[in-house]
Amino acid sequence: MVLAVGDMVRTSGVRPGQFVHIKCGEGTLLRRPISICEWTESREGDTLTIVFEVRGEGTAWLARRPAGHTADVLGPLGNGFAIDREGRYLLVGGGIGVPPMLGCARYTGGTSTAILGFRSKDKTILLDEFGGDCNDVQIATDDGSLGYHGFVDALVRQELGRDRSYDAVLACGPKPMLKSVAKVAAESNVPCQVSMEERMGCGVGACLVCATPMRDGTVKHVCKDGPVFDAEEVDWDA
Amino acid sequence: MLDMTVKLAGVALKDPVVVASGTFGFGREYSQFYDLGELGGICAKGLTLHPRNGNPAPRIAETPMGILNSVGLENPGVDAFIAEELPFLRQFDTKVIANISGNTPEEYGIMCEKLSAAGVDMIEVNISCPNVKAGGMAYGTRPDLAAEVTETAKKNAGNVPVMVKLSPNVTDITEIAKAAEGAGADALSLINTIRGMRIDVDTRRPVLKMNTGGLSGPAVLPVAVRMVWEVSQAVSLPILGMGGVAKGEDAAQLMLAGATAVAVGTAMFADPYAPLKVRDGLADIAERQGLSAVSELTGGAKPW
Repeated sequence: MVLAVGDMVRTSGVRPGQFVHIKCGEGTLLRRPISICEWTESREGDTLTIVFEVRGEGTAWLARRPAGHTADVLGPLGNGFAIDREGRYLLVGGGIGVPPMLGCARYTGGTSTAILGFRSKDKTILLDEFGGDCNDVQIATDDGSLGYHGFVDALVRQELGRDRSYDAVLACGPKPMLKSVAKVAAESNVPCQVSMEERMGCGVGACLVCATPMRDGTVKHVCKDGPVFDAEEVDWDA
Repeated sequence: MLDMTVKLAGVALKDPVVVASGTFGFGREYSQFYDLGELGGICAKGLTLHPRNGNPAPRIAETPMGILNSVGLENPGVDAFIAEELPFLRQFDTKVIANISGNTPEEYGIMCEKLSAAGVDMIEVNISCPNVKAGGMAYGTRPDLAAEVTETAKKNAGNVPVMVKLSPNVTDITEIAKAAEGAGADALSLINTIRGMRIDVDTRRPVLKMNTGGLSGPAVLPVAVRMVWEVSQAVSLPILGMGGVAKGEDAAQLMLAGATAVAVGTAMFADPYAPLKVRDGLADIAERQGLSAVSELTGGAKPW
């Protein structure tokens, strides 16, 4: 879904890994946080592209919006990935964590490698886009219907075993996946940033519901302090 | 020209709409959206004597026209508030209401002393937070304990007015209201959240990690209106009414039921500008009814 957002990108700037908080009609009270997949800026109007999965009433409402509909969108919110345009990154996405990694791929102009995990072949998304924006794309599926049969962390281990010169591993996906990827990156001495997910309220850091525990015993909030965290600061055992 | 000012326990508010504790942090986030001086007052995030990390996530669940939360009083502690957050809030032309929770009456006393010395406009004493196993709940559900905490707070708050925040999770809220009044409270705020629960039918797990949490949002408005109405008839203290306020009409209902001022909370999660819209909506209603002061609404309900 492409959102025409006026001058949002030009005035606020967008970093890969940031999200927007969207009001999904009158039937649901809370906004829905959705990561930004890619964006454009131009004098005629900026755009954001979001790719989301219909999980409940709110996202179902959003998916049914006709072209030209006006939506209430708050953003861009959160801190994105800390990356350089000249950097070379290993991008790891799992399921609905795949879309924000495309923003990273575009940002780094085709020099990065992507490892993408899906449940099965029919659940894959954005493969052509990644193909055009990465120097290599590797696929893993849980059922082996496409690419490697298994989880992405095995491919990450294989890739880092071959080449440890990546500036960082950047990952987005379910927490168990992020934990495994963070472990592999740490073993290979490659820095790792992870984009976390948690049930959110306000989206701006005021209500404190999206708490995630840190290794130093403190608590941070996914919406304001994240969603991207340094993998080393996260308490993976909490 | 409509007079929007109200007086809550001697504190002059430029308009009757404040933001509810726990929904506005310490104001920093929403100050990116508008001048906090637009608000009648700010009930800051609930404080405890020592910093708290709060409860494990998920801490929020959406329900029909409401949300459940189980944040569990995550806060940096009263000293950090005074050192780092209060100076920030003080930059704005609005009233700062600190909100406190304690495990013992002594903790309430120490916090009141510190906050009074630091200079806040009012102290809201939370005796009703349903989320902390060791604290809150018991005080708010027993008149003698509510009175004890109120008395200790008053003794240590100096000239700063003390507002006691009541729990709706009781058989008769007027009993607690009377106990707080008898112990010297300057104002009452109500209602805090109503205990609730949501279960995921596929996993059979409660959505909240703490199993239960506090319900807020439009779903609780009629309960709030009823309880404000009952309390306003049982005591003569000014009331800060809250619970599900999302528009001017909701605020007007609470005022007609007996509230002097109203707080907006959960509505902000959908719309950061909700408090300003509630204020403007309230002014529209007062103007439409030909009032010269919005305070004329207070207690104006005409029961059958």
